[in-house]
Amino acid sequence: MPDDLPFLTITEARGLLDRREVSAVELTRAVLDRLIDVDERVKAYVTVTDHMAMAAAMAADRRIAAGESTPLLGIPAAIKDVISTRGVRTTCSSRMLEDFVPPYDAHVIERLTAAGAVMAGKTNMDEFAMGSSTENSAFFTTHNPWALDRVPGGSSGGSAAATAAGEALFALGSDTGGSIRQPAALCGVVGVKPTYGRVSRYGLVAFASSLDQIGPFTRSVRDAAIVLNAICGLDARDATSAPVETPDFTAGLTGDLRGLRIGVPREYLPDSLEPAVRQVFLDAIEQVRSLGADVDFDLSLPSTEAALAVYYVLAPSEASANLARYDGVKYGYSYQDGASMWENMERTRQHGFGDEVKRRIMLGTYALSTGYYDAYYLKAQKVRTLIRREFDAAFEKYGAILTPVTPTPAFRIGEKANDPVAMYLSDIFTLPVNIAGLPGASVPSGFVEADGKQLPVGLQILAKPFDEATMLRVGHAYEQATEWHKRRPAL
Amino acid sequence: MALTREEVLHIARLARVGLTEDDVTKFQQQLSQILDHFDALSRIDTEGVPPTTHTLALEGVMAADEPQPSLPRDAVLANAPVEQDGHLRVRAVLEDT
Repeated sequence: MPDDLPFLTITEARGLLDRREVSAVELTRAVLDRLIDVDERVKAYVTVTDHMAMAAAMAADRRIAAGESTPLLGIPAAIKDVISTRGVRTTCSSRMLEDFVPPYDAHVIERLTAAGAVMAGKTNMDEFAMGSSTENSAFFTTHNPWALDRVPGGSSGGSAAATAAGEALFALGSDTGGSIRQPAALCGVVGVKPTYGRVSRYGLVAFASSLDQIGPFTRSVRDAAIVLNAICGLDARDATSAPVETPDFTAGLTGDLRGLRIGVPREYLPDSLEPAVRQVFLDAIEQVRSLGADVDFDLSLPSTEAALAVYYVLAPSEASANLARYDGVKYGYSYQDGASMWENMERTRQHGFGDEVKRRIMLGTYALSTGYYDAYYLKAQKVRTLIRREFDAAFEKYGAILTPVTPTPAFRIGEKANDPVAMYLSDIFTLPVNIAGLPGASVPSGFVEADGKQLPVGLQILAKPFDEATMLRVGHAYEQATEWHKRRPAL
Repeated sequence: MALTREEVLHIARLARVGLTEDDVTKFQQQLSQILDHFDALSRIDTEGVPPTTHTLALEGVMAADEPQPSLPRDAVLANAPVEQDGHLRVRAVLEDT
């Protein structure tokens, strides 16, 4: 039995499980042991479901013994605590939902359960997925496995850190403005945000409904394709679930990029891009070029400069409506000692929400209020159209677009905690993708040094809507030509 | 664009978020700083451009009008802050405030 079970890819683990060299129980035990060993320092998990995990692993072993070999059968996974799990508390890392136990599973949980995946637990995040560092968690901050004094990124920081630290073989996160791709880049793992509509949002606690999408964190691009195969597909319970076929996403991973035209938009190489990160990006471009792709730097997406404003009008506006449900009446934290119903509601929301959630609810309420609707909300929706049109035009010419994922590597815990705008700027390269509804992936593309530590950096790959296949093909070919994804943090 | 103290209190009331005095000062400053970045919107020409509410070209998704079982009452009420006789208990809405 290999001694590095927690760091196996899904593909490697499948082989060992199918050849009966390792059982699902042994694999799950190894991951839970690793979790016990490192999570005191990493703090990726909010809830560990070890008993359920062992029971699920035993059930998986019975299915394997009966001859079943499906890709995720017996594979331990971490689930972001914004995804509803029946009977397992789902907190959104908020005081508001600290004791909330969902009465039903999210669509993706139904899919993973049917596939035989083993849930190891629920992961930490920025409260209600609002943030870029997990510092907005009401419980604790997750630490970057590569440098424990730095953030893992966010909002899905717990899922990214768990995947990087060998505390799960894969994880699910959600991405509203970069919440999968940014932490994947900062933790040195693969992260994929599918096309809007690919994955049902049923059971995903809503933040901004026109932007939210669930997606995987993995340690290889092939693994990401495997998880996508399991979670994508039409679901009538989400009216924005797209009626499109789910192809086999592993089918096009040929390692060959010949004949593919790739664009690099100049707006994604601004002066604010850290020089070392720029160099890693340019090196990655050369690598992609050497694999046969035709890379063109003569691409401009001029509305990009307004993407931050568009996002911080639209996402808070949708959030202000979605989070109106937390009124202390139906579920969640409830203040009871006020003089009136209104006071109870206001105190419930005062004590139940953290500062970033309050900021966004208020920002959205303002943008939607009388007198400002046209100037902010409607205007942002019109610019949204322009951003999408510019991408559509670019994809007439290019099969994929490459950009950096973040302007800097992981920043220090506390560095941006009291400066909301500085925090928002860490997502400038990922926000436009959600605004346009495109698929986007982050793939490990190198390291930069800071304080004597090696910090991972990611390459962002974009494709036209529902063309995840091309995005994954580029990511896979690049990954196979490099060794970045094989490095592990020393914990 | 600078928000006034009164505007912050007005927004908080619309959003039903209670704030302390310190919160009002903090959010007044932070929200004003964020709104400054929204000026980028006014620099973009959107004459004749339709708004996008949604990136997926789906309209009027219809479902068959068939009764479906809902969640059991016990399962729903298990998370209720205050429950009485199988119902959610709420303070009177129309009492004087």
